[in-house]
Amino acid sequence: MVYLTRKAEFAASHYYHNPQLSAEENLRIFGKCNNPNGHGHNYTLEVTVKGEVNPRSGFVVDLKELKDTMSREVLDAMDHRFLNKEVPEFFTCIPTTENLAISIWDRLAPKLKAAQLHRVRVYETPDLFADFYGEA
Amino acid sequence: MKAYLTRGYMFSASHRLHNAAMSDEENAATYGKCNNPYGHGHNYGLQVTVSGQVDEATGMVCNLADLDGFVQREILERFGHQNLNTLPEFAQLVPTTESLCMAIFDILHRGFCHAHLEKVRFQETMMNSFEYWGENGVTDRRPHEPGNGAAESK
Repeated sequence: MVYLTRKAEFAASHYYHNPQLSAEENLRIFGKCNNPNGHGHNYTLEVTVKGEVNPRSGFVVDLKELKDTMSREVLDAMDHRFLNKEVPEFFTCIPTTENLAISIWDRLAPKLKAAQLHRVRVYETPDLFADFYGEA
Repeated sequence: MKAYLTRGYMFSASHRLHNAAMSDEENAATYGKCNNPYGHGHNYGLQVTVSGQVDEATGMVCNLADLDGFVQREILERFGHQNLNTLPEFAQLVPTTESLCMAIFDILHRGFCHAHLEKVRFQETMMNSFEYWGENGVTDRRPHEPGNGAAESK
């Protein structure tokens, strides 16, 4: 089994707000991130796939194919977007880094053919990242 | 859905690697330059990884403000700009970065109750990093992760 990781970057804005909570409670829990006008990050995405090395190609996965899938399923939808207002899963779900990792997993997992998705890592800043392994 | 959250911090501290139970020659042979009696320092890069179910109401494993507050109060303020050899954690223990990992893990494990502690990782220099996953190690804590040993390199 070999693991392969591909990186990508995207820039997006978001804010944290739960409509079921009062304005005061939202502010207490989410602090500055609750500003309804949003704020942005340069996100770094790391997608790790795993599989046996194909004896003919020497690949776990065709990198070009993985790059195209990441571009089509994730970057086209999220890059230079306001996540809360333009990415459907975040109309009803708060776009925290944890939920971004889960959303990206859900977008990629059904589309990967040759290799199996192992981990989605999303860096919000160099000092903060979330990992999702598809665990319930 | 279970997710893992990692937050990075930094503090500067000095230390000397010296074991009083060894002779001077043995200390010098074991610790080399790190045995210099006046000590030396590092900018320690600390990464704390916690895990848990993503809370449906907040979208979070735990509130970063809680983690930041705890680390600031219990770790950065206590360890930053200190000589590690003078701290109670290292009264009986040589302050290697392995031991530092375990000491910080212990502080977080005992005091931070908002999420499950997975791992403490220290980057001592650009070339050295160390990880501690607690006594049960990595295997029963999360899916196999390549390169996650107890001490990555030295």
